[in-house]
Amino acid sequence: MADKYVNVALPKGRLGEAAYDIFEKSGYACPEIHEPNRKLIFESVHNRVRYFWVKPSDVAIYVEKGAADIGIAGKDILLEYSPDVYELCDLHMGKCRMAVAAKRDFKDNPDTALRVATKFPNIAKHYYAEKSREIEIIKLNGSIELAPLLGLSDVIVDIVETGKTLLENNLVPCETVAPVSARLISNKVSYKFKNSEITQICKKISSICKDKSND
Amino acid sequence: MILNDNELLPSERAVYTLRTLYLSFGYRRYKVSKFEEYDLYAENKSFLSDKSILTFTDTDGRLMALKPDITLSIIKNTKDSSGMQKVFYNECVYRAGGSGFKEIMQTGLECIGDIDDFSTAEVISLAYKSLESISGSFLLDVSHMGFVTGLIGMITQNGAARSELMSAVGRKSADTVRAVCSDIGADKKYADALSAACLLYGTPREVLEKARPLCLNDEMRASYDALEKISGYMEKSGLAQNLRIDFSILNDTNYYNGIIFKGFIDGIPQSVLSGGRYDSLLSRLGRKQGAVGFAVYLDGLDRLFSDTDTCGGESIGG
Repeated sequence: MADKYVNVALPKGRLGEAAYDIFEKSGYACPEIHEPNRKLIFESVHNRVRYFWVKPSDVAIYVEKGAADIGIAGKDILLEYSPDVYELCDLHMGKCRMAVAAKRDFKDNPDTALRVATKFPNIAKHYYAEKSREIEIIKLNGSIELAPLLGLSDVIVDIVETGKTLLENNLVPCETVAPVSARLISNKVSYKFKNSEITQICKKISSICKDKSND
Repeated sequence: MILNDNELLPSERAVYTLRTLYLSFGYRRYKVSKFEEYDLYAENKSFLSDKSILTFTDTDGRLMALKPDITLSIIKNTKDSSGMQKVFYNECVYRAGGSGFKEIMQTGLECIGDIDDFSTAEVISLAYKSLESISGSFLLDVSHMGFVTGLIGMITQNGAARSELMSAVGRKSADTVRAVCSDIGADKKYADALSAACLLYGTPREVLEKARPLCLNDEMRASYDALEKISGYMEKSGLAQNLRIDFSILNDTNYYNGIIFKGFIDGIPQSVLSGGRYDSLLSRLGRKQGAVGFAVYLDGLDRLFSDTDTCGGESIGG
């Protein structure tokens, strides 16, 4: 039986490129992807895979709706949107954490609602609901670090990788919400109809990613 | 037939095919109205897969709902004293979606009464045949609630940890299962069994062989036996080719117990059929009987077949 094509959604940017390298190493190369052109979909007839680049926060949507069979998404995106997908393996890369950060001299005043600026309103809501803290969410789409500096918010909930940007702006991470790393996700129905193809990919990728974390 | 078959939409054709199928097995059509008192859903909200309910006040000032679900209404209107009831329905259900209101065509059947292995097997066979009559490329996944809940029960009694583990199993995330287990200091033996169980997928033969050594208590063994019995029956009836076992399919433990199943059609990205044994729901409603049934969601069909007509679609497996 001819293998079926597996559609892979990769997040645009550094994480996606590193993820593609892993696919390449696992034997799912698609040389066309390196050619400089404006194509959106890259196909390898030989390896029966199709790749496409999408905005990182959209990967989960493409996979949940079945436009992509599998994809690479950060745990932050999965926590924020809770898509109905399988989370098959941890790639142990793109490691960072979701954290609360504030100005160095910030003191929490439990008298009033805490103003939280973030790109991840659901994660922030969930985190503070568990602590029974009343908050006011300020949803921003970028430059989150600016919010506490200008007095727009008391704290921010954002991804912290090295903490360098925070430090340069006189902010400090004060609480960790959750560890974050890249995950291989799969559409639940594709997983069943393309089971041998997807489990094969998953097996190869997870063996490579394990090797890496042992180094 | 008065109608020209070609004039029907795929979903409409499915409604007629399924009706003929259910009638031929002695199921009676059950017609319900579109409206129900809201209280019924308020008390059993987590039974509904989608919690959004459209409500309005009737002329007497009572709070009413446009039905989000048919099963609850059928159970409410049957009585313990009436013996075995086999009914099917074809109704619209209403949900408040992200982008407004939605009317969804739904067909389903319920078998309520003194449920034995035979009635369970009959309902699962009908689920299989329902999918078969809709598309040649389908899969019916079966599981047993007791297998996973039995194992999780040995790991922890803590409610938050339990639901975290359930959700990790539902996502087939073995990494998360292991992380949660090590956080709460669970025995490694149980953590390994649960992370292995959530990844199992395949034909009943393949999965049962791998699942046997994972049975660590009586509840799990009983679930295993029930699955073995059902798949044996399905095999003998020639209904096993598209049958799979998947322990990651889970339903709310407050309502479902025993066998559960979900059906899929190649090309539709969500499940199209969902059902199982739900004695717990009946006992919550103060009833002594058992029940097993399923619902078929027909709203994805029309798009699927219109796509394959125009683009040729990808060849179906088998």
